[in-house]
Amino acid sequence: MTTNQISIETGSVHYKARSLRRFLLLLAMSGALFISFAIDLATGPANYPLSDVIATLLDPSSATDQLRVVIWDIRMPVALMALTVGAALSTAGAQMQTILANPLASPFTLGISAAAGFGAALALVLGVALLPAFVDFIIPLNAFIMAMGTALIIHFFSRMRGVTVETIVLLGIALVFTFNALLALLQYLASEQALAAVVFWTMGSLVKATWTKVAVTALAVVIAIPLFVRQAWALTALRLGDAKAESFGVNVQGLRLRTMLIVSLLAAIPVSFVGTIGFIGLVGPHIARMLVGEDQRFFLPASILCGALILSATSVLSKLLIPGAILPIGVITALVGVPFFFSLIFASRRKSW
Amino acid sequence: MVTLRLEDIGTRYGKVQVVSGVTTPTIQPGTVTAVIGPNAAGKSSLFRRVAGLAQGDGVVDLGSHRKERNTICYMPQDTGSTAVLSVYESIILSAKQGSSLRVRGDELARIDDILAALRISELAGRNLGELSGGQRQLVAIAQTLVRDPKILLMDEPTSALDLHRQMEVLSFMRDIAKGQNIIVLIAIHDLNHALQYCDQAMAIRDGRMVAFGPCSDVIDSDLLRDVYQVDGHVELNSLGHPHIVLSGPSDETNSRHNTAIGRKTLTEVALAAQ
Repeated sequence: MTTNQISIETGSVHYKARSLRRFLLLLAMSGALFISFAIDLATGPANYPLSDVIATLLDPSSATDQLRVVIWDIRMPVALMALTVGAALSTAGAQMQTILANPLASPFTLGISAAAGFGAALALVLGVALLPAFVDFIIPLNAFIMAMGTALIIHFFSRMRGVTVETIVLLGIALVFTFNALLALLQYLASEQALAAVVFWTMGSLVKATWTKVAVTALAVVIAIPLFVRQAWALTALRLGDAKAESFGVNVQGLRLRTMLIVSLLAAIPVSFVGTIGFIGLVGPHIARMLVGEDQRFFLPASILCGALILSATSVLSKLLIPGAILPIGVITALVGVPFFFSLIFASRRKSW
Repeated sequence: MVTLRLEDIGTRYGKVQVVSGVTTPTIQPGTVTAVIGPNAAGKSSLFRRVAGLAQGDGVVDLGSHRKERNTICYMPQDTGSTAVLSVYESIILSAKQGSSLRVRGDELARIDDILAALRISELAGRNLGELSGGQRQLVAIAQTLVRDPKILLMDEPTSALDLHRQMEVLSFMRDIAKGQNIIVLIAIHDLNHALQYCDQAMAIRDGRMVAFGPCSDVIDSDLLRDVYQVDGHVELNSLGHPHIVLSGPSDETNSRHNTAIGRKTLTEVALAAQ
């Protein structure tokens, strides 16, 4: 009986301790994110002491005009773009992995980013607007429509009889190849100026960030998060398998479709502004999963923070690696992120998928 | 007080009718009903229809009880999961569907109680992926019980359990049914266990109900032959319990197989293959 009582305690006590630990981890990640953000603002052609930067952030009026302009007007949009794009892509990847029950799912691996890139190139090279009503937003809209279409193709394909996790990945790879081929064709046809713009895409770069772009990306994240939070229990239940989730009362089909639509929004908008940044959407969620597990109440914020942190830190690295030059961030995320990710996989003793 | 009566229940997947015309007398609370029949007879499909998870005809009559979210709970057959979730989290997940994100202390206490009752408290912090098949099944039972169902449809809950755990779970379910005055339907393959632990049995074959009544009336040599295609009979064992004595697959099955593979017996085919 005594042993029984001890074990009776361990269930909820263990759970509470674990939840507290996860909450603290999220706090720590937020702290790390703020520091990385501040460093991102401090680094550049002119380096400023971190203390000055933080002072300028907290109280802009205390800083010199030059510092204020550099920090708030020049570097801030880029640094914020890193946060919002990282958050959006990582969240998109996290929920794709959840609804497709597939550790390889991400906007990049399943062709959604490639589709968005092709949509943008259609606008850049041929001036084709997929939605003629809004010509001012031709590039992001094209990217979004192509991404949404691709997400829906994957969604309906994944619902077909006999389709397994592996076939979805194969379909994704096929889509990546198709859109890359179409993109190459457009590049072949493009004028020199348009070609440069398209190449900017394929590398992924934050330097052309503006306040408008930051606002639109942030808006997508702000719209998506509450929708996911409302479904936190249901989304977590999906990871137990469709039959189990259904038996818990989850409308599996409806949830999948809704989530896929939101994911395509989250994946398309960053890509339409900053080009192809592939690594975050795949790895951000995996790191989050290793840290806090898959309870969406922790997994979702952890994915957001991981994505933002990785891209923010990468933004710093892209400025530091070759002093005076800003390397394309899409290149750095892959080159620096992959070894980091592997070290995490091999270091983590727990099974993480 | 919930009662359950099925009236002309059918299950359809698209245009394919897999279960039809299942009509039962009123099933009383506090009882355990064994749902028996060969593989692919339609037991799971019947359960899914009753739980409202599959389309089909007919009426599920709950007497005067008003149907709420967790009135009828279906526990599907076990499938593994790669989710990075602990046993405890997976049970919270079942309890909290459709409600707030905050988990209250009394909810945690209830989960502790259920784990203790199933004697799996020590599994609480384990990841789902680390469990054996039997442990997963016990966790699935906990996930179902935590929702406090009035009617519980369990799809082969004992199939992966060792003998001791099978008997433990079945007698536990019988106690739950009696203690909480709920209706439990268990799809089960072991007819001796059905005879021992269940109040009544419903036999299903080819998507139709072929018998319903007290276990000792339903499970007899006719049922063994007609539903399971085995020869055998039920006799009282030395403890005075009804017990099935099997003599082998029935002749009818053999002859059916013979036609299917061109008048050769299974033994001949096996020899020819060598």
